Amino acid sequence: MGSVTDFLLELRSEEIPARMQEKAREDLARLFAAELDKAGLKAAEVVSYATPRRLALILKGLPEQTAAVSEETKGPRAGAPPQALEGFLRKTCLTADQLVERDGVLFAVVDKPGRATAEVLAAAIPAVIRAFPWPKSMRWGADSLSTESLRWVRPLQGIVALFGSDVVPCEIAGVVSGAATVGHRFHHPGTITIGSADDYVEKLRACHVIVDGTERRGIIALGATMAARKAGLTLVEDEGLLFENAGLTEWPMPLLGRFDEAFLAVPPEVIQLTARVNQKYFVCRDAAGKLANAFVCVANIDAVDGGEKIVAGNQKVLAARLSDARFFYETDLKVPLADQAGKLEKIVFHEKLGTVADKVERVAKLAEWLAAEKIVPNCDPALARRAAELAKADLVTGMVGEFPELQGLMGGYYAAAQGEDPAVAAAIRDHYKPVGQGDDVPTDPVTVAVALADKLDTIAGFFMKNLKPTGSKDPFALRRAALGILALTLGNNLRGEVVGWLAQARQLLKEQGIDDERSEPEPAETLRAELVQQADRVFMRDVRDFMADRLKVQQREAGVRHDLIDAVFALGGEDDLVRLLARVKALQAFVGTEDGANLLAGYKRAANILKKEEWEAGAVNPAPEPAEAALAAALDAAEPKATAAIEAEQFEDAMAALAILRAPIDAFFDQVTVNDADPAKRAARLGLLARMRDAVHKVADFAKIEG
Amino acid sequence: MTREGEGPRLTPSAPCAKALPKPHRVTNLSEPLSFQRMILTLHDYWSTRGCLILQPYDMRMGAGTFHPATTLRALGPESWNAAFVQPCRRPTDGRYGENPNRLQHYYQYQVILKPSPPDLQELYLGSLAAIGIDFTKHDIRFVEDDWESPTLGAWGLGWEVWCDGMEVTQFTYFQQMGGYDCKPVAGELTYGLERLAMYIQNKDSVYDLAFNDEGVTYGDVFLENEREMSKWNFEIADTDALFDLFRKAAAECERSLEAKLPIPAYEQAIEASHIFNLLNARGVISVAERQAYIGRVRDLAKGACTAWMEKNGWAA
Repeated sequence: MGSVTDFLLELRSEEIPARMQEKAREDLARLFAAELDKAGLKAAEVVSYATPRRLALILKGLPEQTAAVSEETKGPRAGAPPQALEGFLRKTCLTADQLVERDGVLFAVVDKPGRATAEVLAAAIPAVIRAFPWPKSMRWGADSLSTESLRWVRPLQGIVALFGSDVVPCEIAGVVSGAATVGHRFHHPGTITIGSADDYVEKLRACHVIVDGTERRGIIALGATMAARKAGLTLVEDEGLLFENAGLTEWPMPLLGRFDEAFLAVPPEVIQLTARVNQKYFVCRDAAGKLANAFVCVANIDAVDGGEKIVAGNQKVLAARLSDARFFYETDLKVPLADQAGKLEKIVFHEKLGTVADKVERVAKLAEWLAAEKIVPNCDPALARRAAELAKADLVTGMVGEFPELQGLMGGYYAAAQGEDPAVAAAIRDHYKPVGQGDDVPTDPVTVAVALADKLDTIAGFFMKNLKPTGSKDPFALRRAALGILALTLGNNLRGEVVGWLAQARQLLKEQGIDDERSEPEPAETLRAELVQQADRVFMRDVRDFMADRLKVQQREAGVRHDLIDAVFALGGEDDLVRLLARVKALQAFVGTEDGANLLAGYKRAANILKKEEWEAGAVNPAPEPAEAALAAALDAAEPKATAAIEAEQFEDAMAALAILRAPIDAFFDQVTVNDADPAKRAARLGLLARMRDAVHKVADFAKIEG
Repeated sequence: MTREGEGPRLTPSAPCAKALPKPHRVTNLSEPLSFQRMILTLHDYWSTRGCLILQPYDMRMGAGTFHPATTLRALGPESWNAAFVQPCRRPTDGRYGENPNRLQHYYQYQVILKPSPPDLQELYLGSLAAIGIDFTKHDIRFVEDDWESPTLGAWGLGWEVWCDGMEVTQFTYFQQMGGYDCKPVAGELTYGLERLAMYIQNKDSVYDLAFNDEGVTYGDVFLENEREMSKWNFEIADTDALFDLFRKAAAECERSLEAKLPIPAYEQAIEASHIFNLLNARGVISVAERQAYIGRVRDLAKGACTAWMEKNGWAA
């Protein structure tokens, strides 16, 4: 075992975007490991760092030489014709006496001595740099006269490459490796010489650079928390901001600033968003949990005045931003939402589905219908309509123009301030929800009606225009809309058929003159009625399949088996999601029991036999064997119980009723020969099995169940 | 600190020094720079670093990048270093002189260095120091901001430079212009002069900025201009005439291209771009039409860039 040495690589550049640093750090380690692996080298430990101005990699415990390897190539048989031998010798550049014979076959054995690891590293550095997968990269400087010049995230400024304390010599795009780097841009702009991987981190720390992002995040988290606490406030933690600020600083200094309390009249979400998105500031809460007029910014220097000027400057910037936000807020408040809604005529929702105003009209009618039909119970249809009419109005307000992510929320604020019913304001605020798995599902009836109607209209419209999601492409977020519908329906126990609601949405689209996309030109008059029916069927089939598919995806997370959902869907006519899912859940519990598993096995055996055989229905065996009679009796008992339980939507009871079939069916297969020589007996027994199959089918199509 | 603005300093002889009235032309250099002295300082700084000091282009445009000294000169292999002030017009940003931070007419200080020098960041920081920013007390950061101009068919990577949280400069390495790869890449610095001045002078309103050192404010020079131009941009400008002007500029651009005159063609593209901005401010361009107009301007600008490349014999 030879001695081992550490390797240090630092790639210094102009400021790397914060959002790219973590992945770049991982990529550097991964790509380097792959390059070394090709030479049979592996480090005992790999550490990588990223700051705004550098990526660094430390490989600990690398051998100084790669291992010697012996490569063996199989040649011709000993005694093969001379041409074959000559060819092999030419290929391997060996002479006949250098070949080794084993089991009558000749082998060429070439011993390759180990290479100096430093050589491998010198070749690996340019290879990794050239192959680096930056999300966006650029050219720069005089070399960029050619588009083939090196691409890097920002101009590459320097390379430190040390194997032990020796420089690993390499050059790329005019940058020559060495031992020198620079410290903090302002605290220590001069060069520093690194001795080896051992002193890299500490030498830079002495020059105001904390190379470890985790440590910088820790400093920011602690410093920001303490700064808030000192002011009697609580910091609003924000992981994203922590990473972003750590990616913007080599020497982070959290500082607390204030803004005029008068700005707190603006909704807190607006203040938080302005501070976060535009300025990358943390915000604070007071003892009562309310947003306080304070923020924490993170500077990149330890200022000689303790940060006084930095805080003053940041306060001024935030004040200007907040006064802009307040201007938008106050201006927006003066315009009734109903007036704003009128401007939606100018915004195209989709070229084939009209303007946003057209969509609003449809959603309003649909929400009203969902309330009136009691699909959404305890919902005032007039309020649902009103909320839907105003739901999209904030899209044309100044505030949402500035911060699109505040859509809905601002409409809610404006509606409340303009005296709309609180349920209407809440519905405007929350009608985009839920926006993903795990998001809150609205429960207020008016909100549910609007949220549901909005999503139903979207799915119906795009399906009519044949703009369905394909593969990974879902440009109109229809899958998300479908998940929203499922969550709203199941979360609120909404009863009825989803496919029917979508049909209603389609009807409303048609009333606006928006029709199904047709590939054919205008059909002949005589065919029209038939084509309309066909389009209806296609639409219903497509949306049913789509929703079923989404249900499976959604329920997979909750641990529900997709094959059981298929088994219930396969019965047909079950579009009430609440009932469907109750049935699936009961089924899942049942097949998990011993009775259930055995009944399933019995069912499959019966179904297999029935698939192959033909028999006369209605045959009766006047002298049944005991097991046959027992099965018939069990079916007589189970069938009405299962039917009644299903009608009462007591699916566990239905399963329990079927469970009593388990012992008789097992006994039947043990003791009775189905294929009796007597055709009447055979037909009767097959009939009995068919009865058993049909009884089970009342609950689900067991053939779809896997296992 | 700079020598510029000091002027021919009067040095009265010792005995009568106190008796003389204070010569009002002498400025106190410990005071923050006035708006005009800041411009002169930047001119001096970049001039001594090899830049041509150009004058503003005499056309209405939305950004300094539209100046042919940036757009056209960013193309081709030749070295090009220039600095200039460019008035910028953003009709939709007008606030009738009532917002302390927003203007429909303001100034950018533009530096273009081709090829981008290896020490561009240091050169830039040197210019900030020259106008009085002390790096021991202020927090300068380079925050990712990729630049794209859909109307010029151009993009680049770089940063917005923050001073104590305020964006003071756009720093860009041009990668493409008019749809062509920049060979070589130029570095572009765009300073927001009013913002920088408000920062240096510690003013909350742009109108309170000291324009010179003798009491003239930015408001004295531009407040009425903002009021009247905002009204005209938003309320008065004849939209029929503007639509007509847009069509005429586009047609003239194409005629110039046919005549193989890229510079006049480019001027008409600038004109069309500004007319589009005015139409936008008048609120007469619908969302659907917007993209079409931007595409039209881009085609004109690209056409001019193509003609410029061809005329100079540069390959794409």
